[in-house]
Amino acid sequence: MRVDLEVNGVRRSLDGVREGESLLHLLRERVGLPGSKNACEQGECGSCTVYLDETAVCACLVAAGQAQDSRVVTVEGLADGAELHPVQRAFVEAGAVQCGFCTPGLVVTVHDLLARTSDPGEAEIREALAGNLCRCTGYEKIFDAVRLAAGEAR
Amino acid sequence: MTVAPARPVAVRDGVGDSARRPDAVAKVRGEFAFSSDLGHDRMVWGATVRSPHAHARVLGVDASAALALPGVHLVLTAGDVPGVNRYGLERRDQPVLAEDLVRYIGEAVAVVAADDPELARRAAALVRVDYAELPALTDPELALSGGGPVLHEDGNLVRHLRIRRGAMPAAADIVVVTGEYEVGMQDQAFLGPESCLAVPDADDGVDLYCSTQWLHVDQDQLADCLGLPAEKVRLTLSGVGGAFGGREDLSVQAHACLLALRLGRPVKMSYGREESFVGHVHRHPARMRYEHGATRDGRLLYVKADILLDGGAYASTSAAVTGNAGCFAAGPYEVPAVEIDCRSVYTNNPPAGAMRGFGAVQVCFGHESQMDRLAAALGMDPVELRLRNAVDTGSVMATGQRVEGPAPVAELLRRVAGKPLPPPPGTDPRLLPGGMSNSTRAEGLLRGVGYGLSVKNICKSAGYDDFGTARVRVLARGGDVLAEVHTAAAEVGQGLVTVQAQIARTELGVERVTILPADTAVGDAGTSSASRQTWISGGAVRAACAAVRARLLERAAEVLGEGAEALRLESGQAVSELSGRAVPLVELLVTEIEETAVFRHRDTQPLDPETGQGDAHVAYAFAAHRAVVDVDPELGSVRVVEIACAQDVGKAINPAAVEGQMHGGIAQGLGLALMEEVKVRDGRILNPSFTDYLIPTTMDMPPTVLDILELPRADSPYGLTGVGEPPLLSAPAAVAAAIRDAVGAALDRIPVTPEAVAAAAVGR
Repeated sequence: MRVDLEVNGVRRSLDGVREGESLLHLLRERVGLPGSKNACEQGECGSCTVYLDETAVCACLVAAGQAQDSRVVTVEGLADGAELHPVQRAFVEAGAVQCGFCTPGLVVTVHDLLARTSDPGEAEIREALAGNLCRCTGYEKIFDAVRLAAGEAR
Repeated sequence: MTVAPARPVAVRDGVGDSARRPDAVAKVRGEFAFSSDLGHDRMVWGATVRSPHAHARVLGVDASAALALPGVHLVLTAGDVPGVNRYGLERRDQPVLAEDLVRYIGEAVAVVAADDPELARRAAALVRVDYAELPALTDPELALSGGGPVLHEDGNLVRHLRIRRGAMPAAADIVVVTGEYEVGMQDQAFLGPESCLAVPDADDGVDLYCSTQWLHVDQDQLADCLGLPAEKVRLTLSGVGGAFGGREDLSVQAHACLLALRLGRPVKMSYGREESFVGHVHRHPARMRYEHGATRDGRLLYVKADILLDGGAYASTSAAVTGNAGCFAAGPYEVPAVEIDCRSVYTNNPPAGAMRGFGAVQVCFGHESQMDRLAAALGMDPVELRLRNAVDTGSVMATGQRVEGPAPVAELLRRVAGKPLPPPPGTDPRLLPGGMSNSTRAEGLLRGVGYGLSVKNICKSAGYDDFGTARVRVLARGGDVLAEVHTAAAEVGQGLVTVQAQIARTELGVERVTILPADTAVGDAGTSSASRQTWISGGAVRAACAAVRARLLERAAEVLGEGAEALRLESGQAVSELSGRAVPLVELLVTEIEETAVFRHRDTQPLDPETGQGDAHVAYAFAAHRAVVDVDPELGSVRVVEIACAQDVGKAINPAAVEGQMHGGIAQGLGLALMEEVKVRDGRILNPSFTDYLIPTTMDMPPTVLDILELPRADSPYGLTGVGEPPLLSAPAAVAAAIRDAVGAALDRIPVTPEAVAAAAVGR
């Protein structure tokens, strides 16, 4: 089947999409945006978090066909050219990145959190990030990055 | 005028600075290429046909239905392996593709290549394999007793390490405690799936881009399996999405190379999460029987331990894990007499092998549980009992080896014990036991505090020739000096690329350092495990830089007309300490300078086969943990309120990265304590997903309190010791101890389940 959508501001018409294909697969294999990651492909790890019409979703749980006529923003669409988004910069500065496989999903999730709440509290941060698994960092420096980015945004 | 020391030279982002990762920007942008992100124009996808039986004869394979699907190119079985159809880290006992026998559920039997991944998976499902089931041996005790089928030629015992030291004391006036403990099977649960891209070349060789912990050991095994000389199997490390021991063994590598070479086309393979659970080894499940004897005033007199590790269907690193579990079974304590038997066996369970902590984690739960039990029997504070018996520099370990270098075990414990305790539970249900399930309002909660002390070897042990290689090139480019560092050392997320660059900056006084991709075009770096890479590959980088520096100073000496011994490198110049004259390095680099160095740590000895005595280890690292928990005794739910960890790192080459290792290690330890277990029944993994295999989330992790000691070693680069494993080791023991403290009852198995907690709370 054919899927038309906008990804990171670019209109795409993709032919030959399989009925069972996920939005994640479409983004990674057809659009050529592998930033959204494939760690569990069942909505548990959050590594594939993207915006689907302004809502943060696990791209692995969205059928590609459901994204018809929608606007998708992936981690690759957050920076302004060479200029990192403040959330991305905060991850770099806080040392919140180790292996980095969870990082794209967490960057989108934190971007979403701070778009909704400029000054999240401790429990709120933890709850907002509870759908994103990280195996390397124990999350502490990711929390540092959230606080750093929130402070910068204020 | 003050004369600066010749080296190390102060430079920004050098040794001791929290330099940022060079790959962090690409990672936050989503542009870092992990092995699962690779692609090639003419590429096809591989998929694996796996055994549904724990133990069975393979009668035949019929691939006709799979091959009939349009877009399916090839199905390969054991007969298609051109070289030796065996691989393995310690003994080559595992077939690349099963021949006439399968020994675990998930064993690879055939591989398929097709145009897209979904088609490849469908085709794999259509490959018909006829099996004749055999009785499965899934109980390690039965495997040990010889009561079941014999799974390998040399029998079911992989290794028996026997440690005997000192004379058992006479029975008068000794306080004796015994215990039986169990540790479940933990999964590394790295997020990046096993994946690779194999690209055949024109001269029958192959270029493999993959995630691994050790390029050269992969290359050795692959060359033999493929029947190719090593130089025709060239490996390049691609982005690795975590490892933790689970990428020491081959997974997709041989299969993808086989398909690519046969088809003459690039082949990509990438496991899904379910396949990943059978696609790599796990932490050995352990059963441990302990007996500790002590004087009335709390001096340990002896430790007896009998430890059984389930190695699963193939050896992997079971022998070395057995060695470690045995060596550290008595913990970081002075014990005059030990009697330790540590065994690993083959079963028809999924293979076990390396995972962060490598045998020391399991026994730590055993010896620390015993120390608490002993403290209770003596009526003594558990911290006091540990302090009274902690090893120090000069102490003798269970293997008879004297502890050289810093051993601040008592100090580490004092530090965590001295931290202020966290405030009592608040009212936000998200931070209470049960979390977002909102199951308590903090009424009736029990708080507990527990401790753990741990020890583990750093670097390879027992006579292994452990070394690292580094090539460093210095050149002038665009009016600036650039250093390139090339090793085969695997960056798996720990930050090795960062510390390599820091070392080069410090040694050469050069700001611009590029870390080249790790590949097999340079010499062996050894494995990214045993907390060894900063020491070993870092040592090699340092040595190569020293050789480069010597040549730079020779050139400078010639230009300045002064002796090289009075010159040093600083801020891109060679400076004379005598005359103060300087020459820019750029001017010395009309021709570039390149040096390769190999770095070895000191020799170690194998353990005596009868007594288990010997100087088997290069170095010991120590950690102490204190856990504070809140327990809901009715539901058995646990919230870890805080974990404090104190660790001696010798020298923090990158303090922020050290903290990151500690945070991550603590998290994996908390996971093993409370939730992480690969459940296996009749050889089948029941929970191969992140829905059913739980790793700690942001809601599970408490705040951590870190205390990093830097007591320099005399025998390592900059005085450092390995950092990666210690912060995990005693975290599970401390959490379990804290729960026991809260509910006042024994808990002898980790992970501690809510059922076990609730039952213990009722029984108290």
